[in-house]
Amino acid sequence: MSAPNKSYDPVEVEALKPEEIERLRDEALAAFEAAADLAALQEAKVAHTGDRSPLSLANREIGALPPQAKKEAGQRVGQARGAVNKALAERRAVLEAERDARVLTEEAVDVTLPFDRAPRGARHPLTTLSERLGDIFTAMGYAVAEGPEVEAEWLNFDALNMGPDHPARSTQDTFFLKDATGHSTDGVVLRTHTSGVQIRSMLAASEPPIYVICPGRVFRSDELDATHTPVFSQIELLAVDEGLTMADLKGTLDHMVVSLFGEGMKTRLRPNYFPFTEPSAEMDMVCFNCRGESVGNPDRPCRTCSSEGWIELGGCGMVNPRVLIACGIDPNRYSGFAFGFGIERLLMFRHNVEDMRDIVEGDVRFTLPFGMEI
Amino acid sequence: MRVPLSWLREYVDLPAGESGRDLADKLVRAGLEVETVEQLGGDLKGPLVVGKVLAIEELTGFKKPIRYCQVDVGDANGTGEPQNIVCGARNFAVGDKVVVVLPGAVLPGPFPISARQTYGHTSEGMICSARELGMGDEHDGIIVLPAEFTPGTDAIELLELVDEVLDIAVTADRGYCLSVRGVAREAAIAYDLPLSDPALLDVPPANSYGPLVKVEDPAGCDRFVARGVVGIEPTALSPLWLQRRIQKAGMRPISLAVDITNYVMLELGQPLHAYDRSRIDGAITVRRARAGEKLRTLDGVERTLDVEDLLICDNSGPIGLAGVMGGAGTEIATAVEDPETGRVSGTTEVVVEAAHFDPVAIARSVRRHKLPSEAAKRFERGVDPEAGKAAAQRAVDLLVLVAGGTAEAGVTDIAAPHPVHSITIAADHPDRVAGQEYGRETVVRRLQEVGCTVVGGDVLVVTPPSWRPDLTDPNDLAEEVIRLEGYAELPSTLPTPPAGKGLTEAQRLRRRTGLALAGAGYVEVLNYPFIGETVLDAFGLDADDPRRETVKLANPISDEEPSLRTTLLPGLLAALRRNVGRGATDVALFEQGLAFRVDGTDPGTLFKAPRLPVDRRPTDEEIAQLDAALPRQPRRVATVLAGNREPDGWWGKGRAATWADAVESARTVAAAAGVELTVRQDQHAPWHPGRCAALYVGETLVGHAGELHPRTVKALHLPERTCAMELDVELLTADGSGHVEGPRISGFPVATQDVALVVDAAVPAAEVESALRAGAGPLLESLRLFDVYTGEQIGADKKSLAYALRFRAPDRTLTADEASGAREAAIAEAVARTGASLRG
Repeated sequence: MSAPNKSYDPVEVEALKPEEIERLRDEALAAFEAAADLAALQEAKVAHTGDRSPLSLANREIGALPPQAKKEAGQRVGQARGAVNKALAERRAVLEAERDARVLTEEAVDVTLPFDRAPRGARHPLTTLSERLGDIFTAMGYAVAEGPEVEAEWLNFDALNMGPDHPARSTQDTFFLKDATGHSTDGVVLRTHTSGVQIRSMLAASEPPIYVICPGRVFRSDELDATHTPVFSQIELLAVDEGLTMADLKGTLDHMVVSLFGEGMKTRLRPNYFPFTEPSAEMDMVCFNCRGESVGNPDRPCRTCSSEGWIELGGCGMVNPRVLIACGIDPNRYSGFAFGFGIERLLMFRHNVEDMRDIVEGDVRFTLPFGMEI
Repeated sequence: MRVPLSWLREYVDLPAGESGRDLADKLVRAGLEVETVEQLGGDLKGPLVVGKVLAIEELTGFKKPIRYCQVDVGDANGTGEPQNIVCGARNFAVGDKVVVVLPGAVLPGPFPISARQTYGHTSEGMICSARELGMGDEHDGIIVLPAEFTPGTDAIELLELVDEVLDIAVTADRGYCLSVRGVAREAAIAYDLPLSDPALLDVPPANSYGPLVKVEDPAGCDRFVARGVVGIEPTALSPLWLQRRIQKAGMRPISLAVDITNYVMLELGQPLHAYDRSRIDGAITVRRARAGEKLRTLDGVERTLDVEDLLICDNSGPIGLAGVMGGAGTEIATAVEDPETGRVSGTTEVVVEAAHFDPVAIARSVRRHKLPSEAAKRFERGVDPEAGKAAAQRAVDLLVLVAGGTAEAGVTDIAAPHPVHSITIAADHPDRVAGQEYGRETVVRRLQEVGCTVVGGDVLVVTPPSWRPDLTDPNDLAEEVIRLEGYAELPSTLPTPPAGKGLTEAQRLRRRTGLALAGAGYVEVLNYPFIGETVLDAFGLDADDPRRETVKLANPISDEEPSLRTTLLPGLLAALRRNVGRGATDVALFEQGLAFRVDGTDPGTLFKAPRLPVDRRPTDEEIAQLDAALPRQPRRVATVLAGNREPDGWWGKGRAATWADAVESARTVAAAAGVELTVRQDQHAPWHPGRCAALYVGETLVGHAGELHPRTVKALHLPERTCAMELDVELLTADGSGHVEGPRISGFPVATQDVALVVDAAVPAAEVESALRAGAGPLLESLRLFDVYTGEQIGADKKSLAYALRFRAPDRTLTADEASGAREAAIAEAVARTGASLRG
């Protein structure tokens, strides 16, 4: 700041006249307003607020005024400079907003472009459906038990009350095995069901309670066609405890179909025969699609259940006490129930799959839509 | 078992309007698996009448011989005039009685019949064959009826063309339901109606002058009833009603004597055999076969017998495979007319056998000779041992009634002592099995309904009827009560298992692996575990490679793939090829599953599983023997990929799948398992010898990954540069895994240093990296290879590896000297271990 100028010379302070100050201010405001972009604004800023700008120069002159005039001129110049700076800031804000808008517009892209650069994978629906069932039962306290696919005949048949001459044994379409040199094997087969795992679970437990489910692949010498496959997936359940009843079996099945298909679902048992259960039953579930409303109702046919109202699910029953004995469990103290069914069939009717071959052939177009869970 | 409703109604007086479907519903609820209810003659509409052929004019000049006939149909055509009918069949003569369908009628199909112009004549209807009437499809010719019927008689009723037939899949325990008698019993219970038991016949007591029978094996044959009938008219035919019942039950009428034995078997469930007595030499003997004995069975096949086979013999040797099939030598002879004398010869004397054989012996003979029969099916499932007397009597009665025979007074009935088997149960045992209260009264009533004798109060002593050999255990009785009370009535309760522990670590890992690989873009497939030799050849496996040592199927689905997989790759590669064949270009697949390996097993125990008893728990040693008989079944995971790993797109070129992706898929699996995988260069079929990584956890080889050998790719018709990975999940996790120590996170600044090292091209990057890590010491936070360079600047057979090293201390800001010191130490170690030099 320059020192007070004691030799006051009115001529030299022409610039501090009020009209002049107003003019300079208006010029500045007009220049800012006229600036079309930030660069122009920057030029106008230097011209009107820079060290060499008239207003700055005028400001410098204030010190030369007599004390009386100094105050008045100071106020005048200060107000003008304030207005100029405010206008500058306002204009800058406007221009910056314009610039930003323009740049962002220029940077816009087509966000609908596909970006399938990292292809998605998927898990097989048989795997995920089996897991889904497993989760229903593990939530109830069951364990998931597994066993070998090449299994001892004693575990696959004999211990299940299917002795060598049992008529049911010859109906199982068993794959028999030979060793690497082509000699037949003794007492070893590809398992025809996962029931051997039930036996293993009972043999492994020192004492009931035993609550297990046994998912796994099983083998029957059927040709592959639209509804059959020689290799398929099963899930079996076994519960052995004190006082278990057929009503418990029924309740467990009901719980399962409700968990899978929603409230209101239920099951139905029909008497049947299996060597390993006594009493034995075939289990059906209400058609989850029509809920039975297609029965006798030709206007509303149901493809899922062929308008039968029920869908056949699998076999079940109370564990035959002979099976318990073969596993060292006292049938006078303990009873058990078991059931089993095929996952392929469940997958087919739950997801309207028409051809078994689609499930087994490994075409990615079949599997991908099922994603990670089912 | 096919049960005509009309036949069943003879024994149970079902309500008049009750349909086959109504009955089927009730039987299903009682546990009979009624598969279909066939409506016979459902769309049949008359007039269908008996006609008498008056004249036949043979028409010529057509492709086949055609007859133009005049047939008397009585008043059925409204005029009484003969009906003119064109017919292509030739198995009838003037005077024969035939079945005529008149215009306006509808035959099964439905085929409406009208008068029509054909072969130059108007045919006013048709002369019918059995097939056209829906009676069966065994005969091509038209039906020739017995002479006694009057022209114009309604043939729909005469031939019992309208009926319903229940087809029941009889389970192995319900042998008694392989008879109309057994199904009628279930129907009677279901409708709470009395049963007229067709086995309740007057049977004369056994005496000493019946047909000569010797039972040398009472264990195999505990009952043998034999009766003789003489004076049978060899030309007698089975009456229509009998033929029709046999047809509806699914069997074929053959000859009178055979039809009668079949009829009685269908009616009572007791298989019978009729021998031509003139062809039996001496006593009928039941014994086991002798080594080398042969028998020509009725089907004309000569069979070499096994010493376990139970036989019917006479002095000449075997004359029948007991309970399975008779021999050709004693077969009932068809009537043959001597063209010169006009005398008819044929069987006139018959011995009827109604025996009871050991189910196991019969089942084994059936399996041994692959000779299932209607008789054997029943014996295997258990025949009522008390039914023999009645069945023989029934057959004798019919031979007398319809074949003009005379029953002999002799009755042979050889019975081994049959212990009465009773079961003791608590009266509330069915309640406790069901979880529902029936009460003693209901339990007793239901057991009596199925034919049991029941005595006792709170404890019941139950003696099952002779036709229910399946009722042996308390739960068998419980099932009878529960099924008759209705499975539908069972309440629904939930047991309370003890608190569970969830999935095992191995099961959780399997899910994580699946999720991780699917997340990385792989699609899961589940392949059949069947493989063939050719794929192992295509893999280029050495002759002694353990993967060639396969477990084989004795009865494979395809002879091309008779073995169980020793590796997952054949199935995965086939699935890859299938996808590519269907137009996919970029394919990445994975599978988790078992392989079957013989290597590493004990040949002394492999495939030699003991047959253990089932009346007790096997010992731990015995269980171990079972397990020692099994091949190893390691759980493996594998990936295959071909085409682009990242596709071409608007962003630019895609990235081809390479060996590195295969190795990375192994790392993905290892990361899911929480173990660190180390990779070493290897040469291992079927991988490319220069692009094969051996995968290690610690010092354990767990699998391989890389690009496949070009020869394998070519032999299996795979896309070029197909890559694959396979590892053994159990080996991967053998050391235990998954425990993570929480890292201490340092907030002090990082010091980054780059290092470029030149090494021989053959030096694996992994070795350089581990040397750098070892040398850098604990201050090293991370290390990353960011560039690999080969080229003139560094000389031939060399490569330059550029690493970014990040150093950080947990407790202080590192000085420049400290960071450089750690870097120098890292370099020094790499120089020492790998001969690296710092790139200038």
